[in-house]
Amino acid sequence: MSAVTDTARLADRGNPLSQSVRDSLVIAKRNLIRMSRIPEMVIFGLIQPIMFVVLFSYVFGGSMNIGGTTDSLVYREFLMAGIFAQTVTFATAGAGAGIADDMHKGLIDRFRSLPMARGAVLTGRTLADLVQTALTLFVLAMVALLVGWRTHTSIGEVLGAFGLLLLLGYAFTWVGALIGLSVRTPEAATSGGLIWLFPVTFISNAFVDSSRMTPWLQHVADWNPFSATVQACRKLFGNPGVSPSEAWPMQHPVWASLIYSVLIIVIFRTLAVRKYRSATA
Amino acid sequence: MPGAIYAEGLVKTFGDVRALDGVDLDVPEGTVLGLLGPNGAGKTTAVRCLTTLLKPDSGSAVVAGVDVLKHPDAVRRSIGLSGQFAAVDEYLTGRENLQMVGQLYQMKAKQAKVRATELLEQFDLADAADRPTKTYSGGMRRRLDLAAALVVSPPVMFMDEPTTGLDPRNRQLLWEVIKQLVSAGTTLLLTTQYLEEADHLAHDIAVVDHGHVIATGTSDQLKARTGGERVEVVVHEREHIQAASEVLRGFGKGDTTVEDHMRKLTVPVTGGAKLLAEVIRELDTRGIEIDDIGLRRPTLDDVFLSLTGHAAEAKDEGNDKKEDAK
Ligand SMILES: Nc1ncnc2c1ncn2[C@@H]1O[C@H](COP(=O)(O)OP(=O)(O)O)[C@@H](O)[C@H]1O
Ligand SMILES: [Mg+2]
Repeated sequence: MSAVTDTARLADRGNPLSQSVRDSLVIAKRNLIRMSRIPEMVIFGLIQPIMFVVLFSYVFGGSMNIGGTTDSLVYREFLMAGIFAQTVTFATAGAGAGIADDMHKGLIDRFRSLPMARGAVLTGRTLADLVQTALTLFVLAMVALLVGWRTHTSIGEVLGAFGLLLLLGYAFTWVGALIGLSVRTPEAATSGGLIWLFPVTFISNAFVDSSRMTPWLQHVADWNPFSATVQACRKLFGNPGVSPSEAWPMQHPVWASLIYSVLIIVIFRTLAVRKYRSATA
Repeated sequence: MPGAIYAEGLVKTFGDVRALDGVDLDVPEGTVLGLLGPNGAGKTTAVRCLTTLLKPDSGSAVVAGVDVLKHPDAVRRSIGLSGQFAAVDEYLTGRENLQMVGQLYQMKAKQAKVRATELLEQFDLADAADRPTKTYSGGMRRRLDLAAALVVSPPVMFMDEPTTGLDPRNRQLLWEVIKQLVSAGTTLLLTTQYLEEADHLAHDIAVVDHGHVIATGTSDQLKARTGGERVEVVVHEREHIQAASEVLRGFGKGDTTVEDHMRKLTVPVTGGAKLLAEVIRELDTRGIEIDDIGLRRPTLDDVFLSLTGHAAEAKDEGNDKKEDAK
């Protein structure tokens, strides 16, 4: 074995922000390489929302009353914002399982023993998930167009809606990161990451007209952060079924969606990074 | 002046378990300390405290001249850690794993690349460099993990049971690497369940049990306390145990232990192979038929037995029992 070589020296640390960005990108790259080597995961991640699109469109299509009509084409246009939003939130489970797996395999210990930026392991992971979510959304939008979904607004508004969706997905991956750090096994992180998503995505305006719910459920649905993004998307896509509710998030869905997502990121990122620093496998 | 690794009164509890119960360590620069103890003794917890992964409840530690509790970031720049389980990303290739670690040690991408190639060469992994590590054998993964800990040639290294679960060939290979590393001036703290390994690699040995350091010294000092070599005899007939025991008493330097059900007798001796030959002759003269006889070096169990009066508990694979009789 050779002695210390020239290359085996520590580079200067540089300023903390650029180090943090650099380290996060190194970790993001690692996670993207992983994803490319486990294409099944990406494919299953795609099949599920596509199944939802097809099942909801054709099974529920003719029986849902949206804005006084049960026309199945109207329901399809109504539905897509909900499916898109639900799809991005499911990224939570992947992030959680990945991080729990890293802990389980001792990788988090390795990372924590390195002189790297504190939040980078988690930020890198959430960024990689964001790329995957964007890819999923793109394919899903294509399928949605195939089954008859259309937008009726400017390209800027449509892109804005997708931006809000990605932001929501990104926010939820931080919740997943916290769950992943809090449980002992990847399996627990997967189920723990999914369970709470069902009430969040179903007690909302995503799949049904929330004004037809019992009042207290409607209240929950109207203030659900998830509903705000769905409402914002419907508005920005020009799709039917925009809720007439008086609740502030329903009246100002774009702002509400932005505020909710940023709040979730700030809160859960802080908690997750703190947890990471004391994580023990 | 404290050594490159210094700890005083480390205490760490998990619920009711006192994993570390006041551990003191002092490893002079450029030397190897073997932390020897059975499963659950607290070895990993000690390593995790010293490598900034775990905050001790009380006590203090200085690594590479830096206070671990006050400046964990600075400590991380001077240490390499190879944990108890090989921590490599199974979907990345060996090369990608090392490049990633290099970059996280704040090397430039190009530098990290050059260094990765060097290490792969050095650890005999060049042929497998561009395969995902999922396809590696346990020994290869261990080597890669060790390479990752050496990316920046840190002055202080920690290795937690680097050879547990490895076959003899891979163990030998790792021992060579570790010896070269130490001859280049690295300070090393190594944990192990094998006395033989500590004996082979470490300058000093600290024996831990239930979160305490129960003995420290060089391997020779510990062996002297344990009684050095011993003769182990398995007699063919149960009736011969008594007679054999009398023979051994004549040669032994301590009490003979008898395991009735295995018809096995063990006695500490000095005198090596020559003495062994005499024992065999004497047994033969008395007409005691034997199934097996051998001279063996003390095992972890023997060290524990003499230090604590009880055997090392909770062993896992039981590899450490297979100290070959010569
Ligand atoms: N994270 C943890 N939570 C609870 N108990 C732990 C944890 N880590 C270690 N222990 C306990 O602390 C003791 C020492 O463990 P460890 O340091 O892993 O021993 P060793 O590495 O010598 O086998 C054991 O009883 C173990 O069960
Ligand atoms: Mg251990």
